[in-house]
Amino acid sequence: MMHVYGLMAVMALVTYLIRMAPFVAFRRQIQSRFLRSFLYYIPYAVLSAMTIPAIFSSTASLISAVAGFCVAVLLAFRGKSLLTVAIAACATAYLAEMLAGLL
Amino acid sequence: MQQRSKYSFTEGLRDGVPIGLGYLSVAFTIGLMAVRQGLSVAVAVVISATNLTSAGQVAGLAVIAAMGSMSEMALTQLVINLRYALMSISLSQKLDSAFSTPKRMLAAFGMTDEIFAVAASKEGCIGARYMYGLILIPFLGWTLGTLAGAVAGDFMPASVKAAMGIAIYGMFIAIVLPPATKSKSIAICAAMAAAASCLMHYLPVLSGISDGFVVILCAVAAAGIAAVFWPLREVPA
Repeated sequence: MMHVYGLMAVMALVTYLIRMAPFVAFRRQIQSRFLRSFLYYIPYAVLSAMTIPAIFSSTASLISAVAGFCVAVLLAFRGKSLLTVAIAACATAYLAEMLAGLL
Repeated sequence: MQQRSKYSFTEGLRDGVPIGLGYLSVAFTIGLMAVRQGLSVAVAVVISATNLTSAGQVAGLAVIAAMGSMSEMALTQLVINLRYALMSISLSQKLDSAFSTPKRMLAAFGMTDEIFAVAASKEGCIGARYMYGLILIPFLGWTLGTLAGAVAGDFMPASVKAAMGIAIYGMFIAIVLPPATKSKSIAICAAMAAAASCLMHYLPVLSGISDGFVVILCAVAAAGIAAVFWPLREVPA
């Protein structure tokens, strides 16, 4: 059990330092146009790489995941809120799973 | 150069509500996972309260379950959470002049994908009060969701639990798509990152690389290419 506490401490510490060090260290505006552009694009690139293809194995089957994905894309295109999109994706995945079970 | 932010603590709270609600369901599955791996409810909640990250915690739980070494844990977290360093650098460019070092040390704790995305999308500079407000409800949602998942998960039908796995990805899509429909360069950058991620995931030669590292490689490559071909004309200050 002591080892678990040690692992938990390391986990929390490393995660915090990764967030904190750059936040404190960078005080001035970055002058490089390339770096500024790079940092502007990073969140979109990170979220896309995290979502695809992981979303397709996030539910019990590929069918329900694809259904949830399609609904999420459709609603996001229409500018719905984060919560609406997330709940609709879950509900769709659930219904698709139920329907697939009936077939 | 940077003035005082016009955003209040209350406005931060308001912006944090949808994130916090979204975190409830995701944290629920994290709590469930932790207890299934034999951890106590208290340990599950402490991990969520001290880490506030989904991918890192899933990977960390795997290391704990396998009773891995301290260095394995440190390396896993470093690789998976390295994107937060990029986000911290990015957001550090938008902070107002009153954002002192102690305030930065406090607010940095809450740097998550969604909190970053919302803060980064605000117009002009942002202040510490807004950040505290923005972080508070997601933090509570994450911690309480983990508690609920750890305690009550056993009563939930497996079919509902499985369907909830898609929640966090739905949120990510809702963050990326709206700006991508307005900006061609964001759309291309996101598409490149997604394509690269698929490639690394499905190509047999590359599929041995850990998920966290795949995200970093793909994101750095896609954002780098986009920055070369479509550099910003003006800084969105």
